[in-house]
Amino acid sequence: MRRGIAATALVAALGVTLAACGSDSGSNGGGSKGSGELSGTVTWWDTSTVGSEDKVFKKVAEDFKKKHPKVTVKYVNVPFGEAQNKFKNAAQSGSGAPDVIRSEVAWTPEFADLGYLAPLDGTAALKSADDFLPQAAASTKYNGKTYGVPQVIDSMGIFYNKKIFKDAGVEVPKTIDELKTVSAKIKQKTGKTGLYLRGDDAYWFLSFLYGEGGDLVDAEKKTVTIDNEAGVKGFKVVKDLVDSGAAKTDATDGWNNMQTAFKDGKAAMMINGPWAVADTYAGKEFKDKANLGIAPVPAGSHGQGAPQGGHNLAVYAGSKNLDASYAFAEYMTSAETQATVAKELSLLPTRQSVYIKPDVATNEMIMFFKPVVDKAVERPWIPETGSLFAPLVTEYTKVLTGQTSPDAGAKATGDAYRKLLKDWK
Amino acid sequence: MAVDTPSQSVAKAAGDVARGRSRGTGKPRSAAKRSLSTHWYAWAMVAPVIIVIAVIIGYPLIRGIYLSLTNANERNVARSIGVNEIPATYEFVGLDNYADALTGSQFLSTLGWTLLWTVACVSLTFALGLALANILNRKIAGRSAYRLMLILPWAVPGFVSVFAWRFLYNQDNGLLNKILAGGGIDAVPWLNDPTWAKFSVILVNVWLGIPFMMVALLGGLQSIPSEMYEAAEMDGANAWQRFRHITMPGLRSVSTTVILLSTIWTFNMFPVIFLLTRGGPGEATQILVTQAYKFSFEVSPRDFAQSSTWGVLILVLLMLFAAVYRRVLRKQGEVW
Repeated sequence: MRRGIAATALVAALGVTLAACGSDSGSNGGGSKGSGELSGTVTWWDTSTVGSEDKVFKKVAEDFKKKHPKVTVKYVNVPFGEAQNKFKNAAQSGSGAPDVIRSEVAWTPEFADLGYLAPLDGTAALKSADDFLPQAAASTKYNGKTYGVPQVIDSMGIFYNKKIFKDAGVEVPKTIDELKTVSAKIKQKTGKTGLYLRGDDAYWFLSFLYGEGGDLVDAEKKTVTIDNEAGVKGFKVVKDLVDSGAAKTDATDGWNNMQTAFKDGKAAMMINGPWAVADTYAGKEFKDKANLGIAPVPAGSHGQGAPQGGHNLAVYAGSKNLDASYAFAEYMTSAETQATVAKELSLLPTRQSVYIKPDVATNEMIMFFKPVVDKAVERPWIPETGSLFAPLVTEYTKVLTGQTSPDAGAKATGDAYRKLLKDWK
Repeated sequence: MAVDTPSQSVAKAAGDVARGRSRGTGKPRSAAKRSLSTHWYAWAMVAPVIIVIAVIIGYPLIRGIYLSLTNANERNVARSIGVNEIPATYEFVGLDNYADALTGSQFLSTLGWTLLWTVACVSLTFALGLALANILNRKIAGRSAYRLMLILPWAVPGFVSVFAWRFLYNQDNGLLNKILAGGGIDAVPWLNDPTWAKFSVILVNVWLGIPFMMVALLGGLQSIPSEMYEAAEMDGANAWQRFRHITMPGLRSVSTTVILLSTIWTFNMFPVIFLLTRGGPGEATQILVTQAYKFSFEVSPRDFAQSSTWGVLILVLLMLFAAVYRRVLRKQGEVW
């Protein structure tokens, strides 16, 4: 009888597995059938910084229930670095995808192009769309339709520790050359690292690339520009910063090590954006918030340039609860919600009307970043923009760790781009 | 290994039927019928396994081979998302993907490091496992406690220990560098320097692999009769001679098997590389499987065709290795 038992167990196990495959993960049905009242579940994938921003966003998202008592919001925090691929996998296979995703500006046209997003024109998701900053709204448009609602907008600047600067007797560097001398002086006077430069994410490279007059691609002329003279110079600048000891880098655990070093006062400067503010204030060096200084990114030989980024809320086209999802996207981007988020996390609103609210207008971080965002360098909002970082980060890390030269790194990135963008020069 | 047993029995059963037919005894059909009627119970028992294997191994394998002959990527496969129905538009491209992979530099350089990684890991694990097994085969105080402790890396789920190592290796805040700093030594870029990263991933994999080697070899050692050692000692053989002429030949059958298994596992050791370095810095520690994963899940647009091509090439390489290995053993008179 032993065999019989084993066979039964096998059949049972098989049955369980198949049943598990068949069960539907994700959202329940619902919507506004009949009565006009929204119901069901809305799953939201947030990508905000864990440990600081996520708490606020979770609370704000779950408060949606106060307006629509029959709707349950399921908040899921997906690490930013994984969210793009995770969403694409889930969206394509049709199981496990969220109803609403916090989509980075460069991902939005890509997701839309792949057919994963629901167009939002004429739905409840877009309310008083004229109020949105034009730069923020630009990335939500693809092929004449709107696929996202701008949630936050951002750019980058130098975060510096005022106390260390005072101890070393230095001023905030305005150019790359000044950055090097300031770093050297800080090292000499206090023994601390000048700048912590993230080596595992190429987004942190962009302000140096723009500073030398370079760019990833020129979408109007359909030309790849990363491997031109200015692009190579950008690579040379970051390599020189690391080699000369002006900057410290980390190629595997960049975000955590950068934040820890800066928060513990081991590094005097870092280049970062508004998304890091709440996390930085939690550090022991910044118990007195006034110790955190902020300044524009140092200018390169060509000028100053910081990338414009941000996040949109997009609705998955395969959502089983579209109506509630539209309403949720509207709620999360409403002037009221943006004001709460701006106050608690110093994130930049995307609605012009929010900037004049008293709590927002007196926030030092927001008042600093607003003019920076206005001049920030916009990336082309083509579907391939979401694909440009993967080849760049590989070469960027290789250059920083000395595995390849700036010239070869720029060239390899350019070759990868030309493979990606068919028929571009 | 559970996979082999049923498929072998299936092959055997199928062979019986085929032979029955070709012998041409005049009643092929009734032979098949008789086989079915006498062995129906066996067929019924293997059926679930065959179905499961066909679903979880056969289908993906055939689909993978098919995709490797097309130019399928994220942008041209069929998708059905809510109201959007997008048909597949990828095309059959024959062996183009294979030609690209084998003539390009990326596959060959990744293969080079994969081979180095496999040879280094397997030889170090085997040597250390053998040494530990020999030590623990003696009667020493606290033997079972040592054995238990040495098996621990095996008992902890692989990803947990790899994450623990990642924390230890952290250049700024890791324990290893803190200890070195206590001794006045500068921080070592464990995972941030290409050469150090290679060293670090090998070290972790050796640490993870030793328990398996040790347990398997310890079992082998215990099956060598102690009379042989006594006799050799009587004849005046020294420790090295006893090791060389009794232990090594006695362990032969065990060690050939564990080396084969360990080679295949190490060649495809995804979690260690992926969780420690993600193939980085740059692509310094990328082995074939992690690169194939990267094509399929990390680059954008996700390149299914190239990923399957690499997958099929990995399969072919491992099959070639197993075939050659078996042949060599057979030539040396090993029944395997």
